[in-house]
Amino acid sequence: MEKLLDVENVSISFIQYTKGLNQRDLKVITDLSLDISEGEILAVLGSSGSGKSLLAHAIFGILPENARQNGKIKYKGKELSQEDKEELRGKEIALIPQSVNFLDPLMKISDQAIGNTENDAEKKEKKIKQREIFEHYNLGPEVDEMYPFQLSGGMARRVLVSTALLSNPKLVVADEPTPGLDEKTVIETLNHFKHMKEDGVGVLLITHDIHAALEIADRIGIFYSGFVIEIAENKDFSGDGENLLHPYTKALYKALPANGFELIKGHQPLHGEISQGCPYYDRCEMRFDRCKDERPELIDLGKKKVRCFKYEEGVENET
Amino acid sequence: MKLKAENISFKYPSAKKYLLKDINLELDSDKVIGLIGDSGSGKSTLCKILSGYIPKYEGNVTLDRKPLPKKGFKPVQLIYQHPEKVMNPKWKMKQVLEESWDVPDEILEEFGIQKSWLTRFPQELSGGELQRFSVVRSLNPDTKFLIADEMTTMLDAITQVQIIESVLKIVKERKMGFILVSHDMPLVEKICDEKIYLKEINNI
Repeated sequence: MEKLLDVENVSISFIQYTKGLNQRDLKVITDLSLDISEGEILAVLGSSGSGKSLLAHAIFGILPENARQNGKIKYKGKELSQEDKEELRGKEIALIPQSVNFLDPLMKISDQAIGNTENDAEKKEKKIKQREIFEHYNLGPEVDEMYPFQLSGGMARRVLVSTALLSNPKLVVADEPTPGLDEKTVIETLNHFKHMKEDGVGVLLITHDIHAALEIADRIGIFYSGFVIEIAENKDFSGDGENLLHPYTKALYKALPANGFELIKGHQPLHGEISQGCPYYDRCEMRFDRCKDERPELIDLGKKKVRCFKYEEGVENET
Repeated sequence: MKLKAENISFKYPSAKKYLLKDINLELDSDKVIGLIGDSGSGKSTLCKILSGYIPKYEGNVTLDRKPLPKKGFKPVQLIYQHPEKVMNPKWKMKQVLEESWDVPDEILEEFGIQKSWLTRFPQELSGGELQRFSVVRSLNPDTKFLIADEMTTMLDAITQVQIIESVLKIVKERKMGFILVSHDMPLVEKICDEKIYLKEINNI
């Protein structure tokens, strides 16, 4: 399987005015690395408000003006410039945005799904294709003429999914596709991603919902205080979580109501509060002295990755 | 303490059909009660009626045989899913808390609220941190019943445990009633003494 997307050590910060003309540089994402291949679903799991949506915005080159991004985003091995992103987005890479608020409230559904066209012939062609895909997602002809406010939550989600697929993308980035939907619609939405995977599309699922991630993702990247701290395989989230590597991931797994509802103290450091060393230092039960001031890199362990000094020599050393 | 709903019926003015019809409920503060229902089934509307946020409905809601007060502090407090939507964005967190009551330091500590957060604006905190404030704000000494409407749905599992354990501790100490509205069955099974399925009591 060909590698589609490589995100390498991406950091994103915002320049904010504090008082008067004083500025500060607020780091929201410090070190985010991940990769997705064809026909693979990778979930990025992080709590709400943690800034993980910015990853999607960085891939598409739609960060706000006061944002600064470092690190590399590569597509099929080539580093993307802003121009490349503008060229690829909506074609080879498609975004399924977080909410219906991303639809234009004053534009009919069919028109905004088709988007800008050069001439009538192209428009006709695209219209046929749009109808086909909408039909596939159970959106009748009456939907074409509707405005966004007339859609139910589930319908809106299907509109966003089918619009993203209109250009036959190779890579789909879905930003929080499940909240606000009832169980039936959630399962339906997740099934859409499974079908994309079967068609060889790579899917980046950005979510806070661990159940959704475990339901469909091949691998899961855990996002903590602006860092990817572990990329685990789906099957590691089983039993007592003994195959999970990072202490936070283990704690997260054991805190699920079905797995013990175990309590650990502390909170994720806020943006701007992160210490020099490991972001999990304050809460970690197996920390070393060096963790306080020295920041661990994401260690590559073949299929998995983890950001923790404990695994510097590989996984075998675990006691 | 008993929160009682008698023959509650409700329909939104623009709707043709009733959303809730002849609902009878008797909720006891001794038990942690789980309310379960699909989205769109009227769970949140029922919560708003039980807490006095929707004034016009058919039927009666009483707390220890007395109707809910129309003015002043609401003894049945409702916590929503999205804390960022229930806070004044132009107030600092200290002011948000003080709107309800003078929160003692022990409570702040119990919920893991850092002193430094008090001088921040709502948008400078994450969802998990804000929800802690939302809960603490509702724990005014005059609160008799707490309704948590998908309170932890947007939070990670660890924050969920932290908030729920702290709430349960205080609810038990103060002998308050607690209703957890959720679609997360493992969570309901874990902490609730009694389960109520909305579709079984709703006669639509």
